[in-house]
Amino acid sequence: MIIIFAAAVTTSAFVIGIQLPAPVARVDSRLVATPGATIFGEPGVRELAPHHLEARVLARTWQFDPREIRVKVGDTVTFFYTSQDVIHGVKLMGSNVNMMIIPGQVSRLSATFEKAGTFKFLCHEYCGLGHHTMYGEVIVEP
Amino acid sequence: MNFPRIAKYTGWHLITAISALGLGGLFGLFQVLDHAGIDLYPQLQSVGVQSYYQGLTLHGVLNALVFTTFFITGFLNFATSHVLKREPGVPLLNVIGFVVMLVGLLMATVPLLMNEATVLFTFYPPLKAAPAFYIGLTLVVVGSWICGAALIATWRAWRKDNPTTRTPLIALGSLVTVVLWQICTIGLAVEMLTMLIPWSLGLVEGIDPQLARTFFWFTGHPLVYFWLLPAYVSWYGMMPKQAGGKLFSEPLARFSFFLFLVLSTPLGFHHQYVDPGVPIGWKYLHAILTYSVFFPSLLTAFNVAASLEIGGRARGGTGLLGWIKKLPWGDPSYAAQNFAMILFAFGGISGLTNASYDMNLAVHNTIWIPGHFHLTVGTASALSFIGISYWLVPMVTGKQLFNRKLGVAQAITWFVGMLLMSNALHLLGLRFQLPRRTALGASGYLTPEMTPFLIEEVIGGIILVTSGLLWLINMVGTVASKKKLETPLEMPVAEPLEPMLAPKWLDSWRPWLALTFALILIAYGPQLYIQISQAQSTAVGFKPW
Ligand code: HEM
Ligand SMILES: [Cu+2]
Ligand SMILES: [Cu+2]
Repeated sequence: MIIIFAAAVTTSAFVIGIQLPAPVARVDSRLVATPGATIFGEPGVRELAPHHLEARVLARTWQFDPREIRVKVGDTVTFFYTSQDVIHGVKLMGSNVNMMIIPGQVSRLSATFEKAGTFKFLCHEYCGLGHHTMYGEVIVEP
Repeated sequence: MNFPRIAKYTGWHLITAISALGLGGLFGLFQVLDHAGIDLYPQLQSVGVQSYYQGLTLHGVLNALVFTTFFITGFLNFATSHVLKREPGVPLLNVIGFVVMLVGLLMATVPLLMNEATVLFTFYPPLKAAPAFYIGLTLVVVGSWICGAALIATWRAWRKDNPTTRTPLIALGSLVTVVLWQICTIGLAVEMLTMLIPWSLGLVEGIDPQLARTFFWFTGHPLVYFWLLPAYVSWYGMMPKQAGGKLFSEPLARFSFFLFLVLSTPLGFHHQYVDPGVPIGWKYLHAILTYSVFFPSLLTAFNVAASLEIGGRARGGTGLLGWIKKLPWGDPSYAAQNFAMILFAFGGISGLTNASYDMNLAVHNTIWIPGHFHLTVGTASALSFIGISYWLVPMVTGKQLFNRKLGVAQAITWFVGMLLMSNALHLLGLRFQLPRRTALGASGYLTPEMTPFLIEEVIGGIILVTSGLLWLINMVGTVASKKKLETPLEMPVAEPLEPMLAPKWLDSWRPWLALTFALILIAYGPQLYIQISQAQSTAVGFKPW
């Protein structure tokens, strides 16, 4: 029984290529927002290669910066998140991007957008009184 | 047999536990109403509850931390005394343990009620509560250690008088529970004493939130076995008797308890699959270990079901399923616990789901998760404890249970209400990816497709809270009643089907403890070393509520 489950986790981890967040870099949450200090000094989207973008998102109570990320169908986006204050979380609707955003840590996962549309990314960890108002959007254009 | 001293101590624990669940459960009502678009928090402000989140903190702390800990320490000490047929070994430990827990509870309650600790029951820094909250919770844990020591002292005193007798199963299960608790709460103690308390007092400026989470979940997962094992003590050690049957396999029951001791701590990273600061390899190891703890759970399901079948058949049930009808469904204590088991089976399935990576990515921190743990701690534990209270409170007070029928109605309504609410929460989380710990009514996340499920949730929640109220009426009614028990009650103690002797290795603690520590060292040692040595205590505190 246990062996079957172990096999199941192993396949899902390696064969299907499920990715989980893992240590990327450490940052100082007091300084992350300072321009030049870290990659989060200028949050936003930039192109690394054709159809491969990088999004640097800074979370703070109670907003994501940037709030809006525009991409094209077929783009692969590597998301980097960190927090300037308390713990937040992010879940990008309709995708496997689901991470904790912990001050001092950088959370990274990628997603490829196959369909046009607007996808919310929500803060899913309690972060204070306005927690339920904290979300952003990925707008996938055809 | 009557042991007035342990009855008195247990009574203190029960009063506190029952009050905690009574108040904590009430906030569940406001949560489901909020999700259904009925916002009663403006009204609650006049009694001092400022927000959804303050209410949710009270709900989590009072139900999952206070109700459980007070009930468990009281019940296990009672059960151990009665099965060993003696008063507490060192009564002073029982008294001090309770007093320390109570002082801690009062200390933590003040900031909770004053909205100075709206950090939810997981209190992840850098959310920063008033120091009294952390100190109070720490005292509750320290008090529970002392109550655990009291239980061990009772067993040792018995052992001295009975050097060759095998420890009865109920006492063994109780000992495993408290030993597991003493070991696993080290994580929480370190988090509190070296991080949260000095930081909240302003002695240090910063904290490492990732490291704090690792310490928290070191305790946080075994915590669920601390909630469950007392229910297992009753399911294995008492319910077969209540069903008129015998325990199918006693050695297997002992084996399961030891396996839970060994396996429940080294898997806390499965709560941190999506934490950025934990490497994948360690998540993988903890995932495998998580599946291994499914094994003693299966043993338990099989053994307990077989024991109840023996009971049903002894009561004249025949056929493949006919024995089920003959079980004592009219006994509120039995009915509540049997319903708890049935819902727990569903909870086990949804738990397996959570443990796999890809499903975890789909449901982590969605409202699926409260759907899951209302079946486990919110039913398997809570409804079992309620079931136990139907004989324990009469035994402790010497009064007859106020109303048996009301008790059965309570068990049925809990089952129905929980089935509805939990089903709705699971689906809302899986299909619509709604986040948990979120004032959904005030958010922009709800869409018309969700309405049927939100209605199912609120109906289930209202039935559940009604069920809780029926229980409170029965408890208060029993305590206030003038009807004394006609004949003294005996604690139900199940006999083994065959008095076969379990193998020797099931009597010795040493190998099991050695294995426990070895696994913890392997599963946590390297990561703790790395996370501690690379800690960056740079996060200052925030109070965004
Ligand atoms: C009496 C009926 C109950 C109702 C209607 C109820 C309802 C709820 C709901 C809707 C949530 C989700 C809130 C959110 O995530 O925003 C919740 C959370 C929770 N409930 Fe209950 N519940 C009840 C009883 C219990 C019991 C008996 C326990 C445990 C002994 C329990 C423990 C918890 C815990 C630990 C949470 C999570 C709190 C957090 O995320 O910080 N509940 N409850
Ligand atoms: Cu947030
Ligand atoms: Cu949030």
